[in-house]
Amino acid sequence: MYRIVDIREISPKVQRMVVEAPLIARKHRPGQFVIVINTEKGERIPLTVADKDVDKGHIVLIFQEVGKSTTEMACRKAGEELFDVVGPLGKPTHIEKVGTVVCIGGGVGTAPMHPITRAMKEAGNEVITILGARNKDLFTMEEEMTAASTEIRFTTDDGSRGRHGFVTDELQSIIDSGKKIDLVIAIGPAIMMKVVCNLTKKYNLPTVVSLNSIMVDGTGMCGACRVSIGGETKFVCVDGPEFDGHLVDFDQLMKRQQMYRTEEGIAMEKYKEEHPGGCCGGHHD
Amino acid sequence: MTEKKWIPQPKTPRTPIPEQAPEVRARNFDEVALGYTPAMAVEEAYRCLQCKNPLCVAGCPVGINIPKFIRAIGEKRFEDAYMALKEDNALPAVCGRVCPQEDQCEAVCIMGKKFKPVAIGRLERFAADTFIQSRHEEVFQMEPSTGKKVAVVGAGPSGLTCAGELAKKGHDVTIFEALHKAGGVLVYGIPEFRLPKKIVELEVENLRKMGVKIHTSYVIGKLFTVDELMEEEGFDAVYIATGAGLPYFMKIPGENLNGVYSANEFLTRSNLMRAFDFPEADTPIHVGKRAAVVGGGNVAMDSARTALRLGCEEVYIVYRRSEAELPARIEEVHHAKEEGINFQLLTNPISIKGDDKGWVKALECIRMELGEPDASGRRRPIPIEGSEFEFPVDIVVMAIGQGPNPLVQETTKGMDTNRWGNIKANDDGYTTKKGVFAGGDIVTGAATVILAMGAGKKAAAAMDNYLKTGEWPSID
Repeated sequence: MYRIVDIREISPKVQRMVVEAPLIARKHRPGQFVIVINTEKGERIPLTVADKDVDKGHIVLIFQEVGKSTTEMACRKAGEELFDVVGPLGKPTHIEKVGTVVCIGGGVGTAPMHPITRAMKEAGNEVITILGARNKDLFTMEEEMTAASTEIRFTTDDGSRGRHGFVTDELQSIIDSGKKIDLVIAIGPAIMMKVVCNLTKKYNLPTVVSLNSIMVDGTGMCGACRVSIGGETKFVCVDGPEFDGHLVDFDQLMKRQQMYRTEEGIAMEKYKEEHPGGCCGGHHD
Repeated sequence: MTEKKWIPQPKTPRTPIPEQAPEVRARNFDEVALGYTPAMAVEEAYRCLQCKNPLCVAGCPVGINIPKFIRAIGEKRFEDAYMALKEDNALPAVCGRVCPQEDQCEAVCIMGKKFKPVAIGRLERFAADTFIQSRHEEVFQMEPSTGKKVAVVGAGPSGLTCAGELAKKGHDVTIFEALHKAGGVLVYGIPEFRLPKKIVELEVENLRKMGVKIHTSYVIGKLFTVDELMEEEGFDAVYIATGAGLPYFMKIPGENLNGVYSANEFLTRSNLMRAFDFPEADTPIHVGKRAAVVGGGNVAMDSARTALRLGCEEVYIVYRRSEAELPARIEEVHHAKEEGINFQLLTNPISIKGDDKGWVKALECIRMELGEPDASGRRRPIPIEGSEFEFPVDIVVMAIGQGPNPLVQETTKGMDTNRWGNIKANDDGYTTKKGVFAGGDIVTGAATVILAMGAGKKAAAAMDNYLKTGEWPSID
């Protein structure tokens, strides 16, 4: 039912997978996510929707190979079927014309940022996008993001592309230039969102972040994804995934993301033992 | 029907049900109770007095004709016994296992006045299991198609029952289930050792054979709203049975530490996602060596006994009232104790202590004593000043209740809820929105499987009437 139309590696260990899911394509709004189950014994993996084609009934999922499940999923081939896809889940982004919006995407956080960026621009905002990565080979969806933004800037940790530094350095430059910023949206690793929020707090810039916590059902039933927002416990799956970044307890989020580190290691070891040549015989190497 | 004379044997002691030995079963997920043999069932059946005015029937939330099915067992007409059950109960194999018979049919059984009540639940289970094992194809009495389309939201006990009843009446029924498997609490909540999942799968399969369509991984409120189902997807009526799926936490310090679970999460990982089979199954679960389960209901017992089976060495139940107030079934408490669960009664958690990596390290509690009765009629637990203490634990499971999941209510126009977020509906399931019915835990708050099924059955009758007449009562 959820046929993989296309799957390809778009940067090292980052996969772009096009999946046939016509209803989800029709109903998905920017900011919402889906949960994918790769195989019958698979876990429920929350993934962001990077793009969609309503006419063809396709959604585009971008994911990084981090553990056993995502590594295994990276080995799937076009024409095969995913065990299940459920969505859209979570609250959509509040899209409105506010003036100037700075969209900051770090790593695969660029994927969920894409539909939001596009919607913000379509709503009449001036959208300045900052994409950050460790080096020039790790940017994803560059073309799409360029098209979705009024202006786009890049930063790399090693200086191989754009500014040598972090996304916050670039954001600081924009602030310093005197440009009036009405909204900042940041999606990426928790640590990146944390430092962005630390900076925007100083200047009182409204900041929205999208959190990627551990989930099971994704419908508010289990509470695995809970996080402190302004001292109050919220569920990322139904209350979010977007929150006022200035209220998020990022340290707690980061600790909770590590909850199954040991188990993830065990699963990965077992997988490697069973697939000594890499999942598809080193196909991706 | 054969008209043999029924000679009851009231002096026969209540037949015990064979069980796996506690020390064995505490380390496996196989069913604890093994079920009656035919000889045991017949002997137990003859304890029934076949009362002219059977109190047991009135004690059953779905009004099963209990004397009829028990007589059939006694006369070794096992298939007839099953059919008698099915007249009023869509899921006898489930109810025979998880119904609190001691508070319902067996509580009022006249035998209980002088001796012990007839083991109605065990007999129900026997009749259902015997039928299932006989591999008889079930024959469904289906009325001709009405051409009406009905949606059922939620594939738990209430939704499944309602769907079955509506299908029998000739309506075109589609169930929408948010999870990837149908069954609701029967698959994500109640563990295998109490309710084998095969039984649920079989009942779901039966519904499919009746022509009911089941769409899993459809989150109503997200993929479609109830209004869209009716306005765009052509459904003439909707039954909402989304259950009590929102876990409550205590709001004490440390609840977001790693290793703190809601019972829903803990049980869902183990049951639905098969984390007990990790790493064969991908979903992990963390139990450590010592677990504390907070709460005293069936969900708490299920969580504690699951933790034990997952390899925990020491498992505590932490409950703020005394043994007499434990809301769990006596049988479950008894089983838990036999398996070595450590009951810390009159004890209430006040904080969860963590280490510098954000992991649970200890549970801090305070001892309680019972004061005057509160609104629920139970004696109110009062903290004993200065009795604070803590003990080391690796995980804490919060099993203190669940509320209504708001996804459907938030997105359905004109359907009223009460102040706890439960859908307002009358006994027949009518809500304040025409064409929309609701029942089970989403209306009553967390209750039992059988009450949810009863609501589903009643609502199906009301829906059938609405679909034929278009009449809608005011429910205030």
